[in-house]
Amino acid sequence: MKIRIKFSKHGCMKFIGHLDIMRYFQKAHIRAGLDMAYSEGFNPHQIMSFAAPLGVGLTSDGEYLDINVKSTESSKVSIEKLNKVMVEGMHILEYKKLPDDAKKSMSLVSAADYYVYPKSQEHGLSNQLTEQISSFLNQDEILVTKKTKKSEKTMDIKPYIYDFSIKNYSSCQEEVENLPAYFLSLATGSETNIKPELVLKAFYEFIGEEFQEAWFQIHRQEVYTTSDGKFVTLGSLGEDIE
Amino acid sequence: MRKLALSDEILLSVEKPARYIGNEVNSAKKDLKDIDIRFCMCFPDVYEIGMSHLGIQILYDMFNRRPDTYCERVYSPWPDLGNIMKEKNIPLFALESQDPVKDFDFLGITIQYEMCYTNILQILDLSQIPMLAKDRTIEDPIVIGGGPCSYNPEPIADFFDLFYIGEGEVVYDELLDLYKECKKKGMSRRDMLIEMAKIPSIYVPMLYDVKYKEDGTILSFTPNVEGIPSTVEKSIVMDTSKIGYPAHPIVPFIKATQDRVTLEIQRGCIRGCRFCQAGMLYRPTRERDVEELKAIAKEMIESTGHEEISLSSLSSSDYSHLKELIDFLIENFEKKGVNISLPSLRIDAFSLDIMSKVQDIRKSSLTFAPEAGTQRMRNVINKGLTEEIILEGAGMAFEGGWQKVKLYFMLGLPSETEDDIKGIPQLAEKIAERYYEIPKDQRNGKCNITISTSFFVPKPFTPFQWAPMCTKDEFLGRAKLVNDTMKEQLNKKSMKYNWHHADVTILEGILARGDRKIAKSLLRAYELGCVFDAWDEYFDVNKWNQAFAETGIDQDFYTTRVRNEDEIFPWDFISCGVTKRFLYNEFMRSKEEVVTPNCRAKCSGCGVLKYKGGVCVENKN
Repeated sequence: MKIRIKFSKHGCMKFIGHLDIMRYFQKAHIRAGLDMAYSEGFNPHQIMSFAAPLGVGLTSDGEYLDINVKSTESSKVSIEKLNKVMVEGMHILEYKKLPDDAKKSMSLVSAADYYVYPKSQEHGLSNQLTEQISSFLNQDEILVTKKTKKSEKTMDIKPYIYDFSIKNYSSCQEEVENLPAYFLSLATGSETNIKPELVLKAFYEFIGEEFQEAWFQIHRQEVYTTSDGKFVTLGSLGEDIE
Repeated sequence: MRKLALSDEILLSVEKPARYIGNEVNSAKKDLKDIDIRFCMCFPDVYEIGMSHLGIQILYDMFNRRPDTYCERVYSPWPDLGNIMKEKNIPLFALESQDPVKDFDFLGITIQYEMCYTNILQILDLSQIPMLAKDRTIEDPIVIGGGPCSYNPEPIADFFDLFYIGEGEVVYDELLDLYKECKKKGMSRRDMLIEMAKIPSIYVPMLYDVKYKEDGTILSFTPNVEGIPSTVEKSIVMDTSKIGYPAHPIVPFIKATQDRVTLEIQRGCIRGCRFCQAGMLYRPTRERDVEELKAIAKEMIESTGHEEISLSSLSSSDYSHLKELIDFLIENFEKKGVNISLPSLRIDAFSLDIMSKVQDIRKSSLTFAPEAGTQRMRNVINKGLTEEIILEGAGMAFEGGWQKVKLYFMLGLPSETEDDIKGIPQLAEKIAERYYEIPKDQRNGKCNITISTSFFVPKPFTPFQWAPMCTKDEFLGRAKLVNDTMKEQLNKKSMKYNWHHADVTILEGILARGDRKIAKSLLRAYELGCVFDAWDEYFDVNKWNQAFAETGIDQDFYTTRVRNEDEIFPWDFISCGVTKRFLYNEFMRSKEEVVTPNCRAKCSGCGVLKYKGGVCVENKN
């Protein structure tokens, strides 16, 4: 039985990389007493996959992890059991059953929402940014240079920016309230993956400044897939277990 | 949320920031309002090594059971962060609260190997605690050393306020209670240390004076205040049900060197190998109750979620209930996806049967530790393994489908001859021959024999504590002889030979049997930039040679010198239960190439019978 788990990652947990988060969940499943399904072979391992790996340094309220279980309790009980064995900064938000023919979440991801907010007041966002953002977005094309391991290539990222605006961000875990932040909705996934810092670098260049990455906290809010031409959250493909 | 000691910017600029953030599963969280004593436990090496150490988990668990004590952890910052902290003057902090170590009541440092000594200095330096105990005030934490190297604490005695000699479960409660009392009375640091020195097993170096003879050896070693003992006795837990057990060990986020549950099945070893320090220090052998171990294993898996469990002891094959325990583990955990990793067992029908159940035969290898190449040499070191046993075990294994063998030896053992050295590759050759006796159509290609040698370092509290060590050139010449001999053999293509660097061995030799005079060389080496000496990429022999030269230390005095029977060793004021007389007799027996039976076969009167327990009283009631 396939299960999709949604979780958040805050505080010092942002320093734990993707592979270690995977190991963390393998152990958490056992501590929570989930009836995990294992692969065949001499070294059986839990069958699990993540939707979109989150970079070190980022926080999130929209991480997805798919696991296989042999049997399960209700969503409510499972969430409680998992949250009991989480560390500070990790929290389980959803536990949903997927249809048996569900595709791996990794192949489904098409977009993600981000908040990018200043870590200290002295770097707060100015009022004129809204206007500057709209002229940035009004360009015919937004060319950036993407570096890969082998080469550099120039691409137009404009079609992949679905939203870019200023919104207020609040998070009790990060002790932030109504803080003006950049909001970005960007193409994400194996085909096209646009990182928020790439867009912000281009934007700051556009307004003649330098983007100081260290001043900002990047936070992923949600991850989406496309269904009937619309973005729906990855979690909405599953159903709560009663 | 907790505030971290390091900024995001620093954490994102260093390798593996997870080393410095704490917050791991099962780590302790306490409110400072509720506690009286802050204890910081330190393993002076990188996080992944330190987190793999069972001893710290035992003590951490034990301290945190006390409602009045909050025990936290600290490890050596990797040089990338170490340099930043030094440059920006950031004080070293404990992982749990992220508070500076210098604000704690105690800093306890476990000393597992000599090559971490400069890391100890780095810990003190980065913590902004005066490096020398004599310069510390009541504001500074009390710096405690423990672990195997504390059985010769002299080279590092100047840096510690006190050493705890022996097993941690015994007198720590007493020490902490006394600390609270002294603090209440407003005692001075020195008076407090004098009171502490009266607790058995507590050694306060500044309360003892050493006088030297003209030749540099020790003339006398005596307390300089009244009422403290001239001999410090080790602590030992004789009721094994009272051996501490962390049923909820900390689970690191990043992969530690030992990423698994470790089950300590016994302490001590019955074998009595003459080179082995642990085999003497931890006598007598004490087994843990198998039913208790089963329950602990279950609880540990459930509390950590680890998917692997391994057994810990000096010689697991000697544990009387090994079969019962392993059968239990296989039956209960295999189905649940928990791997069972076996310690090095004696290779026989029983262990091969178990190994075939829990490992992939094609991938796993057999490990033998003959330690020496000839029977003569094995008699000298009292290693009971014979060539017959090795070939029989290997033969059985080869017929069962194994084809990889690892062999461990030592080079530079006392009285070693050319024949003994050549015997190492020759034994490997015999094992290879045994493999190729299997008909071609029944075997699986080539066999794969790895020979590894380490260079022998005489250690305190072993029969070889009197023995001179080889020089660097002698060591390397012997390794070359092994290599050359191997290359002339018929089956050389089935063999691979690994040996170690000799420079680091010489340093280990100096530090292992060093005295208080060494401290100034250590300080100088640290000033010159030596740290992480256990790591090849950081070990710099030139700096060490410079440090010894500048501080007037003759290295040969500590390594190649022949010691007389009646020499007073720097560690003689410590009693580990085994008598110096027994050790010397064993040294003499080694010269006669006479084997001494193991503790279960026959008592050899080593002295630990006085503890009235463990193997000494087995079947005697």
